[in-house]
Amino acid sequence: MAWLACASLGFAAEPAALSQDQLSKAIKIDSLTIPTPGELFAALEKPGKPDWASQYRTPIPMTYRNRAQIALNLGGLIADGFIAVEAQDSQQVKNIGTDIIKLAKALGVSENVLRRGNSINAFAETGEWDALHEELEATQNEVKTSMQSNHDQDLIILVSLGGWIRGTQAVSASIIKNYDEQSGKVLRQPAVVSFIHAKMNDISPELRNEPLVKSVNDQLTGIEKLVAFQSSKGPTLDEVRKLNDAVGKLIDEIQRKEDAK
Amino acid sequence: MRMRVLILAGAALTAAAALAWAETDDEVEAHKQVLDLTGAFQNDGFKLRDGHWAGQLKPKDRAVVAVNLYAGNQYWFSAAAANDKAKKIAVDLYDESGKPMTTETYNEGERASAGFSPTTSGQYFVAVSLVEGEASTVCLVYSYK
Repeated sequence: MAWLACASLGFAAEPAALSQDQLSKAIKIDSLTIPTPGELFAALEKPGKPDWASQYRTPIPMTYRNRAQIALNLGGLIADGFIAVEAQDSQQVKNIGTDIIKLAKALGVSENVLRRGNSINAFAETGEWDALHEELEATQNEVKTSMQSNHDQDLIILVSLGGWIRGTQAVSASIIKNYDEQSGKVLRQPAVVSFIHAKMNDISPELRNEPLVKSVNDQLTGIEKLVAFQSSKGPTLDEVRKLNDAVGKLIDEIQRKEDAK
Repeated sequence: MRMRVLILAGAALTAAAALAWAETDDEVEAHKQVLDLTGAFQNDGFKLRDGHWAGQLKPKDRAVVAVNLYAGNQYWFSAAAANDKAKKIAVDLYDESGKPMTTETYNEGERASAGFSPTTSGQYFVAVSLVEGEASTVCLVYSYK
């Protein structure tokens, strides 16, 4: 990188360790602490590009009425967008972009989000895949900002959760198809689930007790254990299958039309 | 590529402006400064996370932000101050137990970056410190590939 030539570059001397108190007081925010599906997919691609198109799913309904269900599915759709970007499939990106906007409109989001839909189409048309990564995340953040403005802040974590579940489903399925222990290591993310779980416990009791939200929240406890394997070794094929079954069951519940209230 | 970076930086700043009700002028400026720094990483194929953290640091103070990283990816964590009242800032990385990690570093007074390629997926902690200078507003972002 040419810009480094005129600056100080090196390897840092190690500072003192952080105390348990400092770790427990660390700042945790959705937009930095929860990785995007794109980050997870990028890590899985290092040993070799998976067949991302095989992870597409059939289009989900666009007529949900329950706002929590819309938020969860919106997150899942954004993860679908990342899958299509990894597959470098312009038409699929555009289809998903259209669906994202449809669901976002159902939540009454701002014009800014709707404009993002046009950007997604434009970048897909010209095959600007890196830009699409950033645009999809920006769309997700725009949706969350809009939710905040509309006093729908309790729905924000559901968007993140939907994206995490769908991303984990796609990655675990891909690892099962071509298992090796090293690739399985990307599934180790107990702190992500723990953070999401903690945020879920902060939402209003009314929303938390909705049947779909309650079911998803309850199942997170088991999923947290499935992604908490030792850092020194990856999960076995059987463990990856268990995780894939668990997140697959959640996705089925989240996208099932009759769950809408 | 440069045009794309400019468009995305513009979009990010527009989003930041939209959030102006929540962010101070200094936070918006620090965000602008750090986006300027990360443009070089984007030119090198790194994708910038849309999220950021901004806040004020007192001298010798530091902010610790939790992130979750994936083995196999490369990351750059970048921070910048809103103005040159901050004479030197530093970015350091720690694993989930608080142990410091060896990072590639870039320092340019009120702007700094730390590069890291984890071999273990999981939680890490990024610390942004005001090493020298007066109390300042800083902004942290990260990029990956």
